Amino acid sequence: MKILVPVKRVPDWQIKLKLLPDGSNIQTDGIKWIINTFDEIAVEEAIRLKEKGLATEIVLVSVGPADVRQRLEYALAMGADSAILVKHDGPADSDLASRVIAEVFRRGSYSMILMGKQAIDSDSSQTAQLVAARLNLPQACFASKVTIENESAIVTREVDGGLETIKIPMPCVVSTDLRLNEPRYAALPNLMKAKKKPFEEITLDALGVSPDVKVSIKKLSLPETRKAGRKVGSVAELVAALQGEAKVL
Amino acid sequence: MAKALIFIQHEQGKVSKGSLVAVSAARQLASAWGCDGLVGVALGAGAKAAATEAAGYGLGTAYFSESPLFEKYRAEPYSRAIALAAREAGASTVLALASSTGKDALPRVAVLLDAAQASDIIGVNGDGSLRRPMYAGNIIADVELAPGTRVVSVRGTAFPPAVKEGSPGAVQELNVSADAELHEQPRFGEILGYEMSKAERPQLSDAEVVVSGGRALGSSDNFEKVIFPLADALGAAVGASRAAVDSGYAPNDWQVGQTGKVVAPKLYIAVGISGAIQHLAGMKDSKVIVAINKDPDAPIFEVADYGLVADLFQVAPELTQAVLGARS
Ligand SMILES: Cc1cc2nc3c(=O)[nH]c(=O)nc-3n(C[C@H](O)[C@H](O)[C@H](O)COP(=O)(O)OP(=O)(O)OC[C@H]3O[C@@H](n4cnc5c(N)ncnc54)[C@H](O)[C@@H]3O)c2cc1C
Repeated sequence: MKILVPVKRVPDWQIKLKLLPDGSNIQTDGIKWIINTFDEIAVEEAIRLKEKGLATEIVLVSVGPADVRQRLEYALAMGADSAILVKHDGPADSDLASRVIAEVFRRGSYSMILMGKQAIDSDSSQTAQLVAARLNLPQACFASKVTIENESAIVTREVDGGLETIKIPMPCVVSTDLRLNEPRYAALPNLMKAKKKPFEEITLDALGVSPDVKVSIKKLSLPETRKAGRKVGSVAELVAALQGEAKVL
Repeated sequence: MAKALIFIQHEQGKVSKGSLVAVSAARQLASAWGCDGLVGVALGAGAKAAATEAAGYGLGTAYFSESPLFEKYRAEPYSRAIALAAREAGASTVLALASSTGKDALPRVAVLLDAAQASDIIGVNGDGSLRRPMYAGNIIADVELAPGTRVVSVRGTAFPPAVKEGSPGAVQELNVSADAELHEQPRFGEILGYEMSKAERPQLSDAEVVVSGGRALGSSDNFEKVIFPLADALGAAVGASRAAVDSGYAPNDWQVGQTGKVVAPKLYIAVGISGAIQHLAGMKDSKVIVAINKDPDAPIFEVADYGLVADLFQVAPELTQAVLGARS
């Protein structure tokens, strides 16, 4: 069973983001990049399926500029087998990403696409569903547990109100939630070895995917910040303030 | 001219408050994008009642289907039916609340309609661009969707719920046989079960007061002993930080934040929560924020209207008593 794991590179969530003066983008010069947190969980899950003997091969795919390679190498060091970088410097949206992932899927014989439920930069939570629909495949999004039994995936999904368990036939698309697993760290020797793993670079053109996007960012701005209020000295003072000033009690 | 279609989410025939939020967002979009009216679609058991109720909110037509296909939510039949209703109604815009169901189904609808998709919008600009949060709410983007059909999910806290207006529209059964793929198929999958948390308190997403507990609670027992009584004294819903959920002190659907629920109650009380940006992303639009934390430098105090630097195990029970006292 071959698993395709799409990976997006995003700014480290621990850094404070700054905007370019014209608001066209965030400042990306010299910032620290990471693998999208949810994608890292997907990589980890694929590796665990392989360790259990359920998966045979893990292929990574990413769309982005040449230096996304380093992030893919990190995921290879975690334990993925090979990577495809679809080089693209221009703007990308989830529609473009979904067309790339669908095309790569069609070129392999994959049983599953395992990917993050959302990218922590755009926070849209839609690419996995777009991919599934494009390929007419079943989906199980927001997974907190994945098992495989007789050509089916049994997935526990985090939904409003609690948990749902669904069984879908493979091939299928599964998107990962935070509680699925805790990703391992790639060990240093593995980082060296990862550079020798198969790594394919391909252009959108060669893949036959158009660079058009359906959603474009016109402007980014900072949200209104909330002013810090005040500290109260006691429960009595708090209750008085909630009743008097704030009128919420 | 084309319509805007709202996917009406409901609980056994009762339209959810969030769907009314989607109706009012639809009205704003319809005027920004020049749609000439709203229509809706409800699916599953009770869909006819839901469609009838929704029709009272200014919808021209409310479609429904109670076919067994839709008995339990599954992404594929639902998205197919929504797309079918959009074609039937001549809709160029499709909206739904960004609930777990809305988020799961809408992108599939977008592909079926070859549409542009924007998720979790919080506003509509005069020029027709949409506002949506990115980077855990640290940045707001104005985005433009390519012309043609557009599919949009709406943040539940960002628009007021619609009110009844005009004379109720038509209620019409959706002809599901019009989509040849829309009959029970193995690839639609099979729901094996649910594990829903007990609904003993108001729903987190639309409660007026929310009391949330963090890692500092230390156990689910302490949630029960410290957080529940305070919530019940206030008639509040209970929320939690990711750390509290990950540690098993609270169920997953109580998580507030970037990857959990987004809430904006009149009063939000954060108990033993540090205030990481991912948590703030889910509650910083609350009207009044109270923080209880023993660390005076905890970032939660930067957004709190009232901060109490104290040991939660001492002051939360005190607060419960004071609220009960004030209420009686
Ligand atoms: C991709 C991603 C997504 C995330 N999504 C979310 C999300 O949706 N929601 C979310 O909440 N987090 C999310 N997080 C996690 C977030 O970064 C924080 O780790 C988390 O919010 C911390 O939870 P906490 O405040 O309960 O715990 P801590 O940060 O450990 O804070 C505990 C607080 O309790 C205080 N305290 C301890 N003992 C007492 C006491 N006796 N009395 C009073 N105060 C006390 C401490 O001073 C401290 O401030 C996400 C992280 C990532 C990377």
